Amino acid sequence: MSTDAAVEMRGITKSFGTVKANDNIDITLKKGEILALLGENGSGKTTLVNILSGIYYPDEGRVFIDGNETVISSPNDAFSAGIGMIHQHFKLVDVFTAAENIVLGYNESGRKYNIKEAAERIRSIASRYGFDIDPNKKIYDMSVSEKQTVEIVKALYRGARILILDEPTAVLTPQETDKLFDIMRNMKNDGRSIIIITHKLAEVMEISDRVALLRGGKLIDVLQTSRTDSIQLASLMVGKAVSLEINRPNVVKPEDRLVLSGLTYVDREGVKRLDDVSFTARSGEILGIAGVAGSGQKELLDTVAGLVNLESGTITYHPASGGSIKLNGLDPRQIRKLGISISFVPEDRLGMGLVGDMGMTDNMMLRTFDESKGIFVKRNEPRKLADKIKDELDVSTPGVNFPVRRLSGGNVQKVLVGREIASSPSVLMLAYAVRGLDINTSHVIYNLLTEQKMKGTAVIYVGEDLDVLMSLCDRIVVLVGGQVSGVVDARTTSKEDIGLLMTSYKKRGDLRSER
Amino acid sequence: MTDIIQLMHSAVIFGTVIMLGAVGEIITEKAGHLNLGVPGVMYIGGISGLMASFFYENAAAEPSGIISVILSLTATIVGSGLAGLLYGFLTVTLRTNQNVTGLTLTIMGGGIANFFGGMLSKYAGGVGKISTDAASSCYRAYFDFLTGDSTSNPLYAIFGYGWMTFVAIGIAVLAHLFLKKTRAGLGLRAVGENPATADAAGINVTKYKYGAIVVGSVISGLGGLYYTMDYVNGTWIIDGNIEALGWLAVALVIFTTWKPLNAIWGAYLFGLLYWSYLYIPGLTRSSQEIFKMLPYLVTLAVLIVVSLRKKKENLPPEHLGLPYFREER
Repeated sequence: MSTDAAVEMRGITKSFGTVKANDNIDITLKKGEILALLGENGSGKTTLVNILSGIYYPDEGRVFIDGNETVISSPNDAFSAGIGMIHQHFKLVDVFTAAENIVLGYNESGRKYNIKEAAERIRSIASRYGFDIDPNKKIYDMSVSEKQTVEIVKALYRGARILILDEPTAVLTPQETDKLFDIMRNMKNDGRSIIIITHKLAEVMEISDRVALLRGGKLIDVLQTSRTDSIQLASLMVGKAVSLEINRPNVVKPEDRLVLSGLTYVDREGVKRLDDVSFTARSGEILGIAGVAGSGQKELLDTVAGLVNLESGTITYHPASGGSIKLNGLDPRQIRKLGISISFVPEDRLGMGLVGDMGMTDNMMLRTFDESKGIFVKRNEPRKLADKIKDELDVSTPGVNFPVRRLSGGNVQKVLVGREIASSPSVLMLAYAVRGLDINTSHVIYNLLTEQKMKGTAVIYVGEDLDVLMSLCDRIVVLVGGQVSGVVDARTTSKEDIGLLMTSYKKRGDLRSER
Repeated sequence: MTDIIQLMHSAVIFGTVIMLGAVGEIITEKAGHLNLGVPGVMYIGGISGLMASFFYENAAAEPSGIISVILSLTATIVGSGLAGLLYGFLTVTLRTNQNVTGLTLTIMGGGIANFFGGMLSKYAGGVGKISTDAASSCYRAYFDFLTGDSTSNPLYAIFGYGWMTFVAIGIAVLAHLFLKKTRAGLGLRAVGENPATADAAGINVTKYKYGAIVVGSVISGLGGLYYTMDYVNGTWIIDGNIEALGWLAVALVIFTTWKPLNAIWGAYLFGLLYWSYLYIPGLTRSSQEIFKMLPYLVTLAVLIVVSLRKKKENLPPEHLGLPYFREER
């Protein structure tokens, strides 16, 4: 075994039922390096690191830590081997303070349980690597980025020399990402080894020393980051040449379709979720909505769809035939009765979008069942539509009556988007439409949106990947804490500009401090 | 004055039963398990202790109070521990629905206890003939040098109780210290709030859950023992009173907002409210029942106040009632 290896995994195989999530994987993490694990959803990245962190036990294969064979059969074994994992979904107890979360489950021999002393040690770790952390702050008062800091400090507090970060940047603003990368570099210079899982190619290029590519549970290649580029990585990841370019035709004859002015919404807990939001969605244009998760994106789409009642503000719809209709206070059914077709692809696909236990046909019917006369529903039309969507969007399902819950994420999204587009909407709203989808399916969705745009639909697209927003959309609205902090032209803006807007509160200070 | 002393005395004895029941249930719920079998566990705890003392005192020529107490304590700990183990096996290992399992345990515990209670009565020669004098008088012995001879001495309302009354307070304080000040207590709270987090932090979730359920059941079971030995003087009455007290204990858990220290004064308050009808003149038999409802009304009031204040610390453990699967993705 080579001596400069922090971790060596040899012949790792792990199956879930009949699916081989990891198939004979050999991988090495050198001391003091940042290794990126790159692969599409379902390629086995998370399974591989879960084996290292003791969540799963491999069916076959051996793990060497610092050259010594180590059996990791529980998270505790991983800690004692010096492995710390920062999960994508934070493993934190909301009603505990940062310090309580950090010492949770950690039995230091010969040390008494003393939360004050622990807080001191947390502060010293924080100052060493440049973290910003208050040990006595409760988790439920923290922003996503603060919670992530707690997770990383937790690993370091336990003396982790090997850190695994599972998609750490998915929830961060560009500025927070930069800060995280600085900390990662500090940790690397301190001799710690880091595995980062991501599917953002730009970040792989920026932070990693080497990159390991997984596809279908197999390790495809390990490359020096300095000797590769995004295009090569993308092709290796998907298994065939892909174009990362998104086709963006110019906007033709835009007309104001949906004018929002002064939207303010206060939720049941009394928190202002939308604060004086005004902008216009135009026909034949894709309007992007950017912002850190929870900045009011969901509430914005919900109000336009007529699902929640506004505190104040007006939503005005301008039909292509001229005139204007106020949509305030109307529910989705009343809006449809007025002959206005607003389609909505919500974030929660199997909750708000589709009924998981029903097949494609029945899900199609959800949009139209109240239009047929008599007490019996008519299944013919929906079945034809389901068949059409299945063929045109290449949905892989055993049949149109197969429960959609059991389809893969990409196929579920195709069914939902297909149904929403089928009603030829004049306004199409999508929230995180490509979350969890692989590159190919994502591009299928992007092309569908562009097609709609060319048909004259006003498309509103809430996204999280700024690179995609900037190459798909025509204009981008940036939300911060329920306020619009800017509307930019997607063709001329830069990631830094949007990033700055994503963090600049216009009127009042931090939204979080209101809670 | 005598009335007030009497009321306080009754309230404390009444309160001790539900305090033990509630502190046990708090420990269980902190592990994320809503054990609605508290009344059943108290039934089982009560009857096991009573049976042990009864058979010992029947067999021995000159039964010793101390031995009888030790036997009954042991039997109660084993009996209610086993009841907890059964609940734990069903809800932790087999992941059955906690509400259904708990309610079943309540029905089963009542059935078992009243079956054996009836059997003991027959053995003793008739209803109300069961007697465990040696144990009961040992349980009920109080510091009469402090209180004087008279039950109308104000000190009687403070010291005139059997030793388990003070043990109950001690258990509540210990439970508080355990949850707040120890590493294991932190781990237990984490298990009830977010078992996946606890698991990832290296805590053995199953072990903690079993431990909390069994220890919690034993504490609740001691409430049943206190009822049979102290409250009704070491006999068995088939009147469903233990079950009523058991449900009050569950209500008390909510009233305390899951804090053992609140269970001490909360239990006495429930006792005062419950017995207040005896000291309000002009009540008929039916209007008395309205007063017995008061503890539930204050629990409702607490629920409303807590939900209005929205303080996360006053809410039940986040994963209360939910089973935990590790490999669920």
